[in-house]
Amino acid sequence: MTIIDRPSTDVAVIGGAPTGVKPSEALGVFKRPAASTSWRDWVVTVDHKKLGIMYGVTAFFFFIVGGVEALLIRLQLISPDGKVLNADQYNQMFTMHATTMVFLFVMPMAAAFANYFVPLQIGARDVAFPRLNAFGFWCFLFGGLFLNSSWFLGGGADGGWFMYAPNSSTLFSPSHGIDFWTLGLQITGIASLTGAINLIVTVLNMRAPGMKMMRMPIFTWMVLVTQFLLLFAIPVITVALFLLTFQRSFDATFFDVASGADPLLWQHLFWIFGHPEVYIMILPSFGIISEVIPVFSKKPLFGYPIVAMSGAAIGFVGWGVWAHHMFASGLGPVSVTVFSMATMAIAVPTGVKIVNWVMTMWGGKLSFTVPMLFAIALVVQFTIGGLSGVTHAVAPSDTQQTDTYYIVAHFHYVLFGGAVFGLFSGFYYWWPKMFRRQLSEGLGKWNFWLMLIGMNLTFGPMHILGLQGQPRRMMVWTEARAGEGLFNFGFWNRVASIGSFVLGIGVLLFLVNVIYTHKSKKVAISPLDPWDARTLEWMTHNPPQEHNFDTIPTVGHLDEFFHRKYETDASTHSVKQVHSAEEVMAELNSHPDEHIHMPSRSYWPILLALSLPVIGYGLIYNRMLMAVGAALVLLTMFGWSMEPSTSPDEDFDPPAPGEGGGHTKELSPLG
Amino acid sequence: MAETAISHGHDVGHGAHSSTGLSNNKLGMWMFLGSECLLFGGLISTYMLYKGRVNAGPQPDQIFDIPFTSVSSFILLMSSLTMVLAVSSAQRKDERNMNLWLVVTALLGATFVGGQVYEFTSFYREGLGFTTSLFGSSFYTLTGFHGVHVSVGIIMLMALVGMNRNKRIPGDRAEVVELIGLYWHFVDIVWIIIFTLVYLIPS
Amino acid sequence: MSTATEHPEQIEHTEHADAHEAEHNGLSDKQYIYVALILAALTAIEVSTYYVDFGPFFMPTLLILMVVKFVTVVSYFMHLKFDNKLFTYLFYSGLLLAVAVYCGFLATFKFFLQKG
Repeated sequence: MTIIDRPSTDVAVIGGAPTGVKPSEALGVFKRPAASTSWRDWVVTVDHKKLGIMYGVTAFFFFIVGGVEALLIRLQLISPDGKVLNADQYNQMFTMHATTMVFLFVMPMAAAFANYFVPLQIGARDVAFPRLNAFGFWCFLFGGLFLNSSWFLGGGADGGWFMYAPNSSTLFSPSHGIDFWTLGLQITGIASLTGAINLIVTVLNMRAPGMKMMRMPIFTWMVLVTQFLLLFAIPVITVALFLLTFQRSFDATFFDVASGADPLLWQHLFWIFGHPEVYIMILPSFGIISEVIPVFSKKPLFGYPIVAMSGAAIGFVGWGVWAHHMFASGLGPVSVTVFSMATMAIAVPTGVKIVNWVMTMWGGKLSFTVPMLFAIALVVQFTIGGLSGVTHAVAPSDTQQTDTYYIVAHFHYVLFGGAVFGLFSGFYYWWPKMFRRQLSEGLGKWNFWLMLIGMNLTFGPMHILGLQGQPRRMMVWTEARAGEGLFNFGFWNRVASIGSFVLGIGVLLFLVNVIYTHKSKKVAISPLDPWDARTLEWMTHNPPQEHNFDTIPTVGHLDEFFHRKYETDASTHSVKQVHSAEEVMAELNSHPDEHIHMPSRSYWPILLALSLPVIGYGLIYNRMLMAVGAALVLLTMFGWSMEPSTSPDEDFDPPAPGEGGGHTKELSPLG
Repeated sequence: MAETAISHGHDVGHGAHSSTGLSNNKLGMWMFLGSECLLFGGLISTYMLYKGRVNAGPQPDQIFDIPFTSVSSFILLMSSLTMVLAVSSAQRKDERNMNLWLVVTALLGATFVGGQVYEFTSFYREGLGFTTSLFGSSFYTLTGFHGVHVSVGIIMLMALVGMNRNKRIPGDRAEVVELIGLYWHFVDIVWIIIFTLVYLIPS
Repeated sequence: MSTATEHPEQIEHTEHADAHEAEHNGLSDKQYIYVALILAALTAIEVSTYYVDFGPFFMPTLLILMVVKFVTVVSYFMHLKFDNKLFTYLFYSGLLLAVAVYCGFLATFKFFLQKG
């Protein structure tokens, strides 16, 4: 077994038998990577905070990619007889725009926040399976790059983001775009599934003492619900993607109408996944603003248990509404009625949440900082999108709206006005926590208002366009058939296109703000608790050290941090601050924990994740390469399973100051 | 898990200090199996929808060899017994029996997969290819996915035996055996469903 | 680190400590064999439907036996009966969700009406 003996050098070289290492400790092909400050540390890290930042940066990169795709679409439609894109490119553009935004931006950006803040909010030192966490990130990155590499290898997928059969068969889409799409999503799906298992176990099992489920911050609650949705929804899309891959690569007959196949099979499988997916995208943002609104209203969240439970209810009912995406497909009256009613029912818990946010603000001391502005905008914009959504629940009305721009308007209001605004609220709220500097409020307000105006200019007119009958995915309009008067296509398409560029400038200002905040000498280091926050993640340094907390706090209340800072006067029912954040932290850290031993860095997650696209390229181009990829998967899994998640002490480089040696955490090969 | 020698308050691998008192790994495994239900559910539903749609080639009841499949189903069922015996040996720290039962389990699993390969080739000779009909595509996909799961299980069992011989299993060995056992039993119960819904209930 | 996992409790286990094991880890080896025999017998009944005509009881018999076998393996071989309830909730929520969603899915294809 020479291959798995540890080399004697520092660098990753295979071979060379060590001396004096007992067999039970000589595990793994490589020497374990040591802590360092170079970029290499980011490659081998298993720290949930670093992975959270990597998720965030990667997702934002894909946000820009998807945004450029959107701008190209709007540029095509800004004038009659648009010539920016040809029909084929246009198909690829809207397919990849939606795929990128859904799978490579909103979901991983929510994962970024979940990774960074869930362990902090529940008072944990890391997630339950740190290496699996790293593996998830690399799967997402390589899956996303694999998916987008199709642009350079014959064109992207062109079947619309829900890739309806039989349009997705090789007959109608002979390029490899859809093959890249199915395999790429398969790889990012692995990221979501492992992430889901990881975060659920973390929330269930790694809470600080006293942190009961009903004392968890609401963001953690919403992440928990989201991860359960992912856990059960991802396998469904996995099945659908496999069926499509087998059809395209091995001539299976699943969606071949000539063989008697039912194309509705795809639609069902896709939407059984796809509808929970909608809540997967929105619930984390709901969680973020449920943190932000109480902080900037100086009031506790109104009806905390109801907000938590309505989130769980949304998650549950979300499984029974998938066919409302298929009202126009001839399901039959019984199915349509059932799904129509379920869809109306799901509006109730969502409405409950909106009431709770409004009631939280009611009578509060509101401060209109940028995170609060984004949060309030979410409440307003999501309500508009939700109301147009309820009009789709009415099946007869939906059959008129299906595949028109009205639908496009609806889901952009809930996704951009909802999910994305929530994420931006999170950026501004948590930036000082992650990077020690507060993003500029002045630039932030420009960022906010341009995005708000831009989004309403872009997506508002689409309601009108849709009701006027402009079909979704329409690539060109002509002056002659645009109609006349206020409701003509030309005018509103131009408005929407101009709006999209306003929106683009708004997003760009966010990047400007980030650069300004970190380059300008004028921006001071943020205080420990800049917003007077309420939850545990603020009860440690900015940014937190690798082990998060010097002392794991014992939790006695919901909003623990608030309760340590403030006291209620029983006679007057007034609340007054008795401790500053610094005092609370000093008191907490007066007896720091001993023997903190963090999980060790590892090469295996990135290596295993790298082997997956090899299989993907192999399936498309060369079956031999596929075998190579499979062999790599097998080998890296062996290496992973033989490496303890925490290296024994003699194997570990000198611990950072404040970290004791002594004890190790132990995980089985799964970790 | 009982109290361990670990004194600090935050140990990940063991349940003793976790919020629920349960092991992370076992929670993760059960969740994974819950998730797998949705995967096999989708494949089984696809088969149920398509099993009667035969435009070309043989019908299901024309080619199924129930006595043969019954024997291989029985073998897989018995591999669950040997697996559970391996788990209970591992918990007793009875290493010899543990290795023995793990090997027997892997052999029984391999017999099952061998039977499946034989079945597939004989079906193919009788005219049922992967692309012949909707029945063919969905049948091979469903049973193929199951076969791949069994094969992965066999690889894990053999790896476990090999790694155990070289003392290369990090962590709690009994728990590792238990986790692989859970996976193995899950693959078995999926076959219990497939055997009934696919083979015994004709179209 | 492997030393930390060797609890005195486990070392004390012997092959004959059946009652003790039944409390903590499920059944004894002998009892596992009984369970397997029951499963084998149920499988024999299942297979017999291929040779003997059960008439109207054909379908219900097979479906009930399938569920019984499934639950038996899950409860005894996978220890779910003896383990923490949280495992049961996690696994069965996935299973029941799968059954509900896919039955709804097949129902929209009028799958259950064709059978009669």
